[in-house]
Amino acid sequence: MPSLLSFRRVVGPLTVAFALAASHAQAQDLLNQLETQTTDSLRREYVTATFKGTRVINGHSIETPGKGSMLFLISHRFGTLNSGAYEFFGLDQATIRLGLEYGLTDRLAVGIGRSSLEKTYDGFVKYKAVRQSSGPRPMPVSITLLATTSVSTLKFQPQPERSTTSRFTYSYQVLLARKFSSNLSVQLMPTLIHRNYVDLRRDENNVYAIGAAGRQKLTKRLALTAEYYYVLPGSTADDYRNSLALGFDIETGGHVFQLHFTNSQGMIEKFFVPQTTGNFFDGDIYFGFNISRAFQLRH
Amino acid sequence: MKTRVFSVALLLGWLIGLPTWAQSKYLTRSGSITFFSATPIEDIQAVNQQVGAAVDLQSGQVAFTVPMKAFKFPKSLMQEHFNENYVESEKYPKATFSGKLTNWTAASLASSGSQAVQVEGDLTIHGVTKRMKVPGTLEKQGNRLVVKSKFAVAPADYNIEIPLLVRNQIAKSVDVTVSLACDPTF
Repeated sequence: MPSLLSFRRVVGPLTVAFALAASHAQAQDLLNQLETQTTDSLRREYVTATFKGTRVINGHSIETPGKGSMLFLISHRFGTLNSGAYEFFGLDQATIRLGLEYGLTDRLAVGIGRSSLEKTYDGFVKYKAVRQSSGPRPMPVSITLLATTSVSTLKFQPQPERSTTSRFTYSYQVLLARKFSSNLSVQLMPTLIHRNYVDLRRDENNVYAIGAAGRQKLTKRLALTAEYYYVLPGSTADDYRNSLALGFDIETGGHVFQLHFTNSQGMIEKFFVPQTTGNFFDGDIYFGFNISRAFQLRH
Repeated sequence: MKTRVFSVALLLGWLIGLPTWAQSKYLTRSGSITFFSATPIEDIQAVNQQVGAAVDLQSGQVAFTVPMKAFKFPKSLMQEHFNENYVESEKYPKATFSGKLTNWTAASLASSGSQAVQVEGDLTIHGVTKRMKVPGTLEKQGNRLVVKSKFAVAPADYNIEIPLLVRNQIAKSVDVTVSLACDPTF
C-alpha cells in the first residue's frame, strides 16, 4: 500500500492548506467588503501640518497653535556675516523677539511679542478662514488671514515728542497655501503694511508686497525652507531691498528648531517687508534661529 | 419543464439562503478604539470613534479598518506628531485587522451573556503586518453584537520610530482597547 500512503501524505496537508487559504481569503473578503462600506470619500478630511511652525522663517505660515495651546516663541538674529572677524562674523550682535501665541479655537489665534529692534511691541489676530481638505467638496488650498499691530516705544530724545498714533504700524496678510504632498508645501502672501508715520516725504505710508514661501522635507524631521517678499514698485522698492530667507526646520520631538540665513534683521512684518536693507549676495546675511515650545493650557 | 423546476428551486434556494447569509454579518462604522501609553513622565490617551468593523458569525471572520487620522489626542501637537512622524498617516492612512474567531460557538451566543473568545489574525499598522492572537468578548444585546477586546501593541514591532528626545515619554508597549456595537446588515 505504498501508493495509498503517499496519497494520504500528499492530500492531508493539501486539504489543510486549502482550508487555511480559503479561510484567509474569506477574511480578506470581509475586510474588502468592510472597506467598500466605509469608504473615506464620504468623509471630509482636513490637511494638517502644511508647515511645521507658525512661522515659515520671518513671516507667518498658515498654521496656528491648536485650541488651548500656548506657544512660547524665541526668535533671534545675529549680526551680518560680512561684519568680519572683529564682530566675530556677526555673533557679537543680536536682536531678539520674544513672543506668546495662543489658540482660542483650532482656527482662531492671538499673539503678542516684543522685539528688541526699536523696542517694539506687537500683537496679532490670525484666523484660518479656509482649510485645505479632501473628501466631498474638496478644498485645494488653505487661506489664513492675519492682522498685526505694532508700536515702537523708542524714546524720541533729540526730536520734539511725536503723537502716540505716530508710533503705530499695521500689517495685513492673506496667507494662501497648498500642501502638494507630505513633503512639499507652497505659500503665497499678498501683504499690506500701513505706517502711520514715515520719516521722509518720499517714504510711503502704504507699502504693498507679495511674498512666496515653500517647504521641502528632506527627511521625516528635517526640512528646507525658503521665503521671499517682493515689494511692489514704488519709492520703498527703490530705496530698500526685498527680503530673502533660506533655512532649515529641525524637529526634535518636543519642539521645532528653525535655523536660517536672511538679509532682514527684524522679525515682524513692519521690519522685514518695507525696511530690509541688507544685500544677501554681498554677504549682509543675518544668521538666526526660531525656537518654539508648546504648552497645553486647556483641552 | 425540468429546467423550469430546477430554476424555480434555485431561485427559492437563493431567496431563502440570502437572508440567513446576510443576517450572520454585523457591521459598524463608528466603533471605538482607545490607546493608552503610560510612562512615569506622561500618560497619553488617544480615542478613535470612526473605526469600521465587521463580524461574520457564520464563518467566524472578523475585520477592522481604522482611519489613523481619526485618533484624537489631548494635545494638538501630539496629534500632529503622531500623524506626521510616528504612524505616517499620509503614507499609511489605515490600520487593518483581518482574522478569525477561535474557541467559539454561535449557539451559546444567543443564550448566555458575554462570551469570552480568542481572535487570531493579521494586524497591519504603518505598513507592517504581524500575526496576532488576542482575547475578547462577544455579547448579543437585542439585535446588536457587542465586541470588546483589550491587548497590547509595541510600536517598535511595526517600525514606528520614536525620536530620542521623547523616547521616555512614550511607552514601549501601548494598551489598546476595542469597543464596538455592531448592527446586523440586511
